[in-house]
Amino acid sequence: MINLMLLLFLVVIAIAAIQAKDLLNSIMYLSVYSLFMALVWTELNAVDVAFTEAAVGAGVSGVFMIAALTRMNRFESSRERTGLGKYFPMAVVAVTAAMLFYATVDMPAYMDPEAPIHKHVAPYYIEHSEHETGSVNIVTSVLASYRGFDTLGETSVVFTAAISVILLLRRRDKNEK
Amino acid sequence: MKNDVILRTVARCMVPFILLFAFYVQAHGEISPGGGFQAGVIFASAFILIALAVGKEKAREKFKQKISDFTCSLGLMIYAGIGFITILFGGLFLEYGKLPFGSAEKGNHLGMIGIELGVGIAVASVMVTIFFEIARKEDD
Repeated sequence: MINLMLLLFLVVIAIAAIQAKDLLNSIMYLSVYSLFMALVWTELNAVDVAFTEAAVGAGVSGVFMIAALTRMNRFESSRERTGLGKYFPMAVVAVTAAMLFYATVDMPAYMDPEAPIHKHVAPYYIEHSEHETGSVNIVTSVLASYRGFDTLGETSVVFTAAISVILLLRRRDKNEK
Repeated sequence: MKNDVILRTVARCMVPFILLFAFYVQAHGEISPGGGFQAGVIFASAFILIALAVGKEKAREKFKQKISDFTCSLGLMIYAGIGFITILFGGLFLEYGKLPFGSAEKGNHLGMIGIELGVGIAVASVMVTIFFEIARKEDD
């Protein structure tokens, strides 16, 4: 029930974010969207993901977008599509949504313990991670130990982002050097 | 916005607690939700709050450009460095069990803490760098 309400809220906020002409409002809506997404993750018992969503999605990324907004025009330019082209984005969205709905038919029931995802490596992690890594939090032991390569890649991606921003945006004026 | 007394006062009260919470999330990564990534983001958000409250120039003095450029690379280097150290001790890349702490379990545990620290340092300085570079043009 609460899940359904949260998901309904997400849809409403997403539509509001698209409809807002003031980009600052759009950014606010996106931050609120992330906050509700964090609640959905919590409801699904994915607390680590919820934590990240709340800190990054609802917090820092909104600030980054507002900071980027100081470099550009705050209001969206009103460029209307004409003729049949007007309905093209709607058609793309509708077809994608139809495909996604079709895909959910094959999915196992929510919280089904017999679902394939609970039969693969998850039992191994639940059974062995504590005495193999000494960490009670299975998510952390998977991220840092069993899937350490992925996290190294993730950290490299974040590092690359900083390097790109420095290369593109750092001023090299004589008076600032 | 810079001269708002309420914002400045609230920021002054909040920053120590935000930093403390960041350290808590970093240290408790393996027994509760959280870890290096989240801790880094929370740590950086404290500096972003200072920048919003008292201005970018003053906030940049607290976390200087030279230092954040250095710690960006330092975090990634700690992570990859631990991987290479395990090779030196005869293991595979990032096989923490081979670290010289006695047992494999102990090596795994301390290796994980080490790489979480690397992730935390890298993410914190990357977020600070991105914010200060993007929002540089004019002061608020």
